[in-house]
Amino acid sequence: MTTHPQPGSPDKEPASEEQAARTALGNTERAEPASTATPTQERRPTLGRLFLENLWAANTFTVTLLSLVLAMVVGAVLMIISDPKVLATYAYFTARPTDALDASWALVSKAYANLFKGSVFDPGATTLTAALSPISETLTYTAPLVFTGLSVALAFRGGLFNIGAQGQAIMGVILAALVGFLLPLPPGLHLLVAVLAGAVGGAVWGFIPGILKARTGAHEVINTIMLNYIAVYFLTWLIVQNGVQDPRRTDAISRRVDASAQLPRLFDDPLRAHAGIILAVLATWAVAWLLNRSTLGFELRAVGANPDAARTAGISVTRTYVLIMVFAGALAGLGGSQMVLGTTAAALTPLVVAQIGFDGILVALLGRVKPWGVAMAALLFGALQAGGNRMQSYASISLELVTVLQALIVIFIAAPALVKAIFQLRAARAARLQTSLAKGW
Amino acid sequence: MEPGEIHALLGENGAGKSTLMNVLYGLYQPDEGEILVDGKPLKLRGPSDAIAAGIGMVHQHFMLVPVFTVTENVMLGAEQVRGGIAGFLDRRRARREVAEVSQRYNLRVDPDAVIEDLPVGVQQRVEIVKALTRDVDLLILDEPTAVLTPQETEELLTVMRSLKAAGKSIVFITHKLGEVKAIADRITVIRRGKTVGTASPEASRDELAALMVGRTVRLTVDKAPATPGEPVLEVSGLVVDDERQCRAVDGVDLTVRAGEVLGIAGVQGNGQTELIEAIMGLRPVLAGTITLEGRSIDGWSTKKVLRAGVGYVPEDRSVDGLVKEFSVAENLVLDIYDRPPFGRGLSLRPDAITKSAAERIEQFDVRTSSAQAPVGTLSGGNQQKVIVARELSRPLKLFIAAQPTRGVDVGSIEFIHSQVVHERDIGTAVLVVSSELDEVIGLADRIAVMYRGRIIGIVGPDTPREEIGLLMAGITPDRDAPATSDGEAPAPEGPGSEDEKA
Repeated sequence: MTTHPQPGSPDKEPASEEQAARTALGNTERAEPASTATPTQERRPTLGRLFLENLWAANTFTVTLLSLVLAMVVGAVLMIISDPKVLATYAYFTARPTDALDASWALVSKAYANLFKGSVFDPGATTLTAALSPISETLTYTAPLVFTGLSVALAFRGGLFNIGAQGQAIMGVILAALVGFLLPLPPGLHLLVAVLAGAVGGAVWGFIPGILKARTGAHEVINTIMLNYIAVYFLTWLIVQNGVQDPRRTDAISRRVDASAQLPRLFDDPLRAHAGIILAVLATWAVAWLLNRSTLGFELRAVGANPDAARTAGISVTRTYVLIMVFAGALAGLGGSQMVLGTTAAALTPLVVAQIGFDGILVALLGRVKPWGVAMAALLFGALQAGGNRMQSYASISLELVTVLQALIVIFIAAPALVKAIFQLRAARAARLQTSLAKGW
Repeated sequence: MEPGEIHALLGENGAGKSTLMNVLYGLYQPDEGEILVDGKPLKLRGPSDAIAAGIGMVHQHFMLVPVFTVTENVMLGAEQVRGGIAGFLDRRRARREVAEVSQRYNLRVDPDAVIEDLPVGVQQRVEIVKALTRDVDLLILDEPTAVLTPQETEELLTVMRSLKAAGKSIVFITHKLGEVKAIADRITVIRRGKTVGTASPEASRDELAALMVGRTVRLTVDKAPATPGEPVLEVSGLVVDDERQCRAVDGVDLTVRAGEVLGIAGVQGNGQTELIEAIMGLRPVLAGTITLEGRSIDGWSTKKVLRAGVGYVPEDRSVDGLVKEFSVAENLVLDIYDRPPFGRGLSLRPDAITKSAAERIEQFDVRTSSAQAPVGTLSGGNQQKVIVARELSRPLKLFIAAQPTRGVDVGSIEFIHSQVVHERDIGTAVLVVSSELDEVIGLADRIAVMYRGRIIGIVGPDTPREEIGLLMAGITPDRDAPATSDGEAPAPEGPGSEDEKA
């Protein structure tokens, strides 16, 4: 990779940066007509050519795709370095380079092939169940990430940085599980109450930093991080209490959620995909509607973009902050509740929500804080996780590599100028590429 | 440019003045054409090249670190060090330099004052000192008077004259005709990125304005005599604090009647902003009462005040008036988005918003590529028209406009003024706050002069400018108070500023 001078380096293009400022937070739809208007003034190019040009121009989709490619390249290098046998072949690289190249190719291709087979489709599958299995796994991992991603994205559009999706998810999973094994309710109603309890748990945990921000100006980043700690230790404490802990166990695990409170499965056993993914699609639609088509969304976006102007126009900024955090918390809580109401687990353990809250931040960023973008990003992350499991067991590549890949993708996305420079993309759409992270801090 | 010349660059907002100067200062690269210095073509890659070529610039928004002293700010970017590799900052030498430059050009800047304690006018002189210590021959002043009080402006002009006498050349960017005529040796008028003419300062204001906007403009506001009706807004004994808990409004009594324009004149920072914000429910009222058509409105939320029929144009449009990322259409409903026909219950009606936006854009002559364009892409004048359009498109009892034409080009000023007068003529009570004396005199039927949180006089629009100017400086005709005028009227120099703030 040669380092050419970057024409699109952000500090050399004040004009495009200014443009970026307004497009960064989801106004790209509006910027689009303006930027596509220019080429039509010249001779009209054919549709196909226009398509190709736009594909190679540095638009959001291309950059996301190329970030993925770059992350996989770096991931491949890491795999090679971390495998002692393959690395040993490099010792005599100059004498017999084919050894090293063959070994590297074999390792990397096997790993990525398994990543694909584990998440999308396994060509070797003979039964319908086996063919559906990768997709089912991907959807299982995707569902909670959609919720936590939406939680972070919604708060971000309202100008708040919700680092607390993790804690909100934990409070969500706690309440959902308690309702799940403590309340004897008829099937159907039991599930509904458990799901709502999850939302309430997250909402309460979101309300606290929201009200603190609104009333005292305390920064939500600090408070949500602190509440994450409180939530995780509360969970650890709660699990071993009488009535909560599984009476047959001595380790930290709670009783199992009743079958009547579990989300129905989409396919037959052993496929794990459950109705959570349907809820996730509904939630995405709901958040999209809320943001773009509701008066509350208008207030939220106005407050997020310019709280002073919003206040001057009579919008209550404090009320909006509280509402944003309550909604964001409820979404994260719903995501958390799926960790026990779905098929991932049926009982509380200290690590029951895994990292879904923190992954939600990455998902929101990758999805450029737009609801459907978040859903797509969650799908990608879900696929990486599902594929990573297979990659670990079939290709002996540790699961942590998936985490590294996720991190690399986000880093490349967060630095579009880097991707542009590496692939020499046309700078025409530079404005659309600025990171969505630039705001909020 | 000749040595020792003051060359004014005149043009509407968005005409390309600032862009041109940014190219000269090396911030932007020219697409075509070249820059000649002393006959030699010059390629500028950045501000440091420009400084090396003897070009200095004072930006419209100052580039100073507020918590640093004057000396430290001047040193910044050209730090002189002693002690070899240890690199101690040579503050003493820098301080001496600042003192010397300030002395030589009579800039009266205290090298040890901290920037944030200094009035704007002095901060500007610090910027000038900064440029001068870098040995520049050509100084670019980008709209230097936009933030200054009339007295500070007068001082700046004096400074410019002394710089000129010392052989420095100055490019003076502005859209204020009076200043140009007062100081410039040569005037270049720019319109839409092209030079449209060169004029001498002897040209009349009307000629210059016509060159600037490309047609003849009326600078005075045409209006019939007011027919005041019932009092709409009554303020009595109002006391309001500013952010720092300092008393900003100290017992103000005001009455605005239906069908009249009350203008509030005064040097900025004398409580006008706080007064208006208190009326709008944006700032708590500590004492006194505000009534709208007889009903007390203190303690009301901003939304309630707006809904009661008050229109409000805030003084800082980019901070308080508009959401720049939002489209023109969305900004046009920023305060009525939840009212029919734009919102019903929880849902927003985008069709209604777009439709109404098209009408407003037409009616208020907002120049935009489309109703969906982000409002931040519009020029200052058009942004202001968006706010005015928003506020005037619902039935009002009271219309409050703070600095309605600040940073707005001549063409838009004319339009906005006519809209204000029209609003008055249909029986709305109008309150205009402006630090442009011409604007207040042109628009108002009565002028209240505000000084240090008080209304120190209410006069008619025919009062001579000088008399109002004296009132703005805190001098009432019947009592001569040199002590007060000393502290406030001219921008006080470094040390003097402290007791003014206290």
